Amino acid sequence: MIKANGLVSITDCDKDDILRILDLAEQFEKHPNPHLLDGKLVATLFFEPSTRTRLSFETAVQRLGGRVIGFSDAATSSSSKGETLHDTIKMVSNYVDLIVMRHPVEGAARYASEVAGVPVINAGDGANQHPTQTMLDLYSIKKTQGRLDNLTISMVGDLKYGRTVHSLLQAMQYFNPTYNFVAPPELRMPEQYRLFCEEKGLKYKEETDLNAVLKTSDILYMTRVQQERFTDPVEYEKVRNTYTLRNSMLEDTKDNLRILHPLPRITEIAADVDANPKAYYFEQARNGVFARQAVICSILGLV
Amino acid sequence: MKASHTELIVRALENGTVIDHIPAEKLFKIVSILNLDTIADQITIGNNLESKKLGKKGVIKIADKVFKAEELNKIALLAPTARINIVKNYEVVEKIDLSLPEQINDILQCVNPMCVTNKQPVATRFDLTDRKRGLLKCHYCERALSLSEIVLK
Repeated sequence: MIKANGLVSITDCDKDDILRILDLAEQFEKHPNPHLLDGKLVATLFFEPSTRTRLSFETAVQRLGGRVIGFSDAATSSSSKGETLHDTIKMVSNYVDLIVMRHPVEGAARYASEVAGVPVINAGDGANQHPTQTMLDLYSIKKTQGRLDNLTISMVGDLKYGRTVHSLLQAMQYFNPTYNFVAPPELRMPEQYRLFCEEKGLKYKEETDLNAVLKTSDILYMTRVQQERFTDPVEYEKVRNTYTLRNSMLEDTKDNLRILHPLPRITEIAADVDANPKAYYFEQARNGVFARQAVICSILGLV
Repeated sequence: MKASHTELIVRALENGTVIDHIPAEKLFKIVSILNLDTIADQITIGNNLESKKLGKKGVIKIADKVFKAEELNKIALLAPTARINIVKNYEVVEKIDLSLPEQINDILQCVNPMCVTNKQPVATRFDLTDRKRGLLKCHYCERALSLSEIVLK
């Protein structure tokens, strides 16, 4: 159950929470500007820069009539003077109705939610969780497929460090998915998540070849393969080219296939894919505003 | 002879606690995490004693001492096979079976260097996610780890 002290991890959400948030997101998409946050103040505390996520949250708040304070970089906050996270959160929670925070340290949002007197929404804590990203991914899947149940979802790229794929994998457990995990051996889906699938009875296949999964996929969830994950630069170059999706590869794919990517993309989706109607990553980012409006209003008990 | 000798040592305690069936290689770790090197009560420590179950085992007996729950949790984490016997007037009056608690507070260190508990003054907390397989999860960074990987603070 989503608790009154915020949303820290997608694992805090049960099936009903997810379905309720997605229904609300649909309402916000139909009627984007209800003044539900009139008179409310939200802090966006970005101890690590993330323009996309911060702007998405701030848009969500301001379109609902709320106002925003905060910082976009730890260098401009008191933490640069050595203030503990505890003290920063205590101080800010005196001022606002809700805290949205991103922090490079894993578990920072959970800790903040235990310290703050107001609800905390995790906008990313290191490699751990980014639950509103998962909500917008789920919303995008539901919107493009008309359902969440019985879909074949192929996750491609960095499955070892990619928090978005881990959270999506956990959230989809209620909807009988079939997973394809496509990654080089160095970036294979960690055992913790393969065990999770086995425990929950979720079907999965591991592949190293992207072409092997294209024809059967309903959702292709691409992620960025980061150079810094490789010790050998030659290995990186090899992998980078193998996991680039090109328009020509989409010819025999299903009509309902949609390509998702949490963005920013670098080389893993070629620019010629953008014009293909199966490319959905920019609309996906737009859905983030509705999903975040749904989460914010739900946590504040306004809907 | 050796077995009965062990028994004799145990029986020689008038009042206190006996920790028995400690795997021999864990004995001094247990001494250390329970800070037994700093307490004033009488302590007898035996190690590499013959054991049918363990091959070689360790025994610790401490006069006039009853362990608190959090101390028992520490023992359970390191040596789940250990037995705790409470002795009064030379008789074992209570045997405590160790079991891991659902939540382990402030005993372990998170193995993830990027965890908030390693970066900020935050007490650690682990939740037992799978008792059979001995799997834990950090309450903060959500990293899963098995009992064989744990690091004590």
